[in-house]
Amino acid sequence: MDRDNRVCVMGEDVGHYGGSYKVTRGLADKFGDLRVLDTPIAENAFTGMGIGAAMTGLRPIVEGMNMGFLLLAFNQISNNCGMLHYTSGGQFTIPIVIRGPGGVGRQLGAEHSQRLESYFQSIPGIQMVACSTPYNAKGLMKAAIRSENPVILFEHVLLYNLKERIPDEEYICNLEEAEMVRPGEHITILTYSRMRYHVMQAAKTLVNKGYDPEVIDIRSLKPFDLHTIGNSVKKTHRVLIVEECMRTGGIGASLTAAINENFIDYLDAPIVCLSSQDVPTPYAGTLEEFTIVQPAQIVTAVEQLCQ
Amino acid sequence: MALSHLSSTRSNRFLRPLAAAAAAAAASSLCRPISTSTEPLVIETSIPFTPHKCEPPSRSVETNPQELLTFFRDMATMRRMEIAADSLYKAKLIRGFCHLYDGQEAVCVGMEASINKKDCIITAYRDHCTFLGRGGTLLEIFSELMGRQGGCSKGKGGSMHFYKKESGFYGGHGIVGAQVPLGCGLAFAQKYNKDENVTFALYGDGAANQGQLFEALNISALWDLPIILVCENNHYGMGTAEWRAAKSPSYYKRGDYVPGLKVDGMDVLAVKQACKFAKEHVLKNGPIILEMDTYRYHGHSMSDPGSTYRTRDEISGVRQERDPIERVRKLVLGHDLATEKELKDIEKEIRKEVDEAIAKAKESPMPEPSELFTNVYVKGFGTESFGADRKELRATLP
Repeated sequence: MDRDNRVCVMGEDVGHYGGSYKVTRGLADKFGDLRVLDTPIAENAFTGMGIGAAMTGLRPIVEGMNMGFLLLAFNQISNNCGMLHYTSGGQFTIPIVIRGPGGVGRQLGAEHSQRLESYFQSIPGIQMVACSTPYNAKGLMKAAIRSENPVILFEHVLLYNLKERIPDEEYICNLEEAEMVRPGEHITILTYSRMRYHVMQAAKTLVNKGYDPEVIDIRSLKPFDLHTIGNSVKKTHRVLIVEECMRTGGIGASLTAAINENFIDYLDAPIVCLSSQDVPTPYAGTLEEFTIVQPAQIVTAVEQLCQ
Repeated sequence: MALSHLSSTRSNRFLRPLAAAAAAAAASSLCRPISTSTEPLVIETSIPFTPHKCEPPSRSVETNPQELLTFFRDMATMRRMEIAADSLYKAKLIRGFCHLYDGQEAVCVGMEASINKKDCIITAYRDHCTFLGRGGTLLEIFSELMGRQGGCSKGKGGSMHFYKKESGFYGGHGIVGAQVPLGCGLAFAQKYNKDENVTFALYGDGAANQGQLFEALNISALWDLPIILVCENNHYGMGTAEWRAAKSPSYYKRGDYVPGLKVDGMDVLAVKQACKFAKEHVLKNGPIILEMDTYRYHGHSMSDPGSTYRTRDEISGVRQERDPIERVRKLVLGHDLATEKELKDIEKEIRKEVDEAIAKAKESPMPEPSELFTNVYVKGFGTESFGADRKELRATLP
C-alpha cells in the first residue's frame, strides 16, 4: 500500500476493528478511511464494487471475513471478475485480490469451515493461490497485488498465529510456482495450506521408518505448476495428494486428472488422493478431526503406496 | 400528449426568438438550409418532474437548434440500427440473445447531452444504443453482433458485452442487477482519484427488485459516492408487468433516504435536464435515483414476441403518442428548424449508413481459432497449455 497509491482494502471490519483475524491491523490508522474501507455486510455489493473499481485501474483487496461468505458474491466473482477481461476483448483488466480465511480447525461449525477452492476452481480467468507459511503468505500477497489478473488468495484460520523469521528486504513469490518443502526419492506428496503441516508431521514418522518422501506445497491451485510436479513424478513415480478439500470435485480431483493426463507413463502406481470427508463439518472436536486428513492416515497411505 | 405540448410552445411567443426570421424564410423553404444555429431555445418538458426528498429541476430546458437536430439524428440512427439488428437476427446472422432498445432512445441520448466522456456509464444487456451514444461506431456494433473480429469485443462478447474503456462505457452485462455494484465501484474509483466526475448505473424495473441494488445503494449513500442510479422503467420485466413484480412500483422512491426523481423517459429534453441536475446534485450530496418512465416496442429480446403480456393497442398507442423521435420531429418542424423533406433526407442518409456498416461488417472475418485462448489471463499466461517442461506446446487448437 505504501508503494502504490491505487491499492486499497475493503471488507467487513478491516478498518477500525483491525480485521477479524487482525490481518489488517493498523492499516486504517496509517492510510485512512478511503484506503481501508469498512463495508457493511453486503458481500455481493462490495465484491462487485471492488471489481468495478479494478476496472478503472484501482487495485482493491477484498476481504471475505470468512471465505464461506464469499459464496454470496459468487456471481460477481465468476461473471464479472473472471470473465470481463475476455468478454471485453481485452479492454479491461481486473487486478483485484480476493482473500480470506477458510478451512477446518477452530470448531466453527459447518458454514464457517468451508473450503471454497473447489467451487471457484472452474471459473475461467482467475488465478488461485493458497499460502501456508508467513514467508509465502507475504510473498504471494505481494505478487497477487502486483498481478494484472484477478487472484483469489486462500488463507487458513489455523495458520494466522504462525511465527517465522522472514527476510527484511523485499521479496515476492511466483504466483504460479510450487514450493519444494522436502526433497526426496520414494514418493511425491502434494499438498497445500494447512495440510502441509500434517504432511510434514507424517514425514517425520516416515523418515524414521525408512521412507524418503518428497513433499511439495503446490501453492498455486489454479493453474497447477505441472513443471515442478512433473519433474517430481518423473523422479519418484508415485504420487500421494493430501488436501483439505472435499473428496468430490476438489482440488485433488483436478490434480489427479491433470497428472494422469500428462504423466501416466511415469507412474508406477495409481495416484492416491486423501481428502476431507464429503460431510458438513461438525462442531464436536473429535468429529471435526475425523473429517480432515490426519498424519496417521498419511503414513498408512505412503506405506501402502510404496509396497 | 405531444399535441398539447405543441400548442403550449406555440402560445408562448416569447420562447421562440427565431420565429420571425424563420417564418419569413419558411416561405422560400427550398433555399433555406437546416438551422445549425446555437442560439438558445427554451422548451418546456412534457410533464413536470416528480421529486422524492429533493427539489425538482425546472421544466424549462435550455437547448438550441443544433442540439435538437443532433438529437433527431442520433435517435433516428439508433432506431434504424435496432430495426436492422432485428432483421439480421431473423436472418440468423445474429444469434443468442439480442435485446433491442427501440422506444427507449431518448434515455441514452438525453443522458449523453448532459455529461462528458470522463463520466462513466454502465448498463445491463440492452446496451447497443448506449454504446453508440458513447462513441461506438455502427461497424463495431454490427461486427460484434455477428461475432466478427472487427467487433468492439473482438467478437468474443456478443450483444450483451459491449465496452468502450476510452469513452467511459463499462458495459454490457448479462446478469440482471450485477452491474449496479460494479457501477458503485466505478463511482468509488472516481471519488478515490478525486475526479469531478460521476457514474450513471442503469438498470431496469425488473432489476430494481434485486437485493444487491439495495446493498449498493446503502454503501453509496454511506460513503457519499458520486453515483446516479437510473431505473429505465419500461414497465415490463421480460413478461412480468411491474405491478406484478413490485409491491411499490415507484422506483424513484425506493431509495428511501436517497433522493429520487421521476422523469418522462420519452422526452429527450426532460432526460437531459434531469441528468444535468443529477450530476450537479451528486457531486455535492451523494447518490440520487432517477426513474425514467420509458417503453420498449420490441419484446424483451428477439425470442419474445412482446405481445403475450401486453396488447398491440398499447404498443401502437405509445408509438403514436409518446414516441421520442416523433416528439423531436414535431419540435423541429414546429420551430421551423428544418423542413419535412430535410428530416426525411437525414433518415435516408442514416439508412444508407446503417446498410453500409452492415455490409462492411459482413465482410469482417470470424475470429481466429487462437483467439479462443487470448484474453483469458493478462500477460498471455494460460493461452496455450504447455507440457511439463513449459516449452513444448501441447494443446492442439481446433
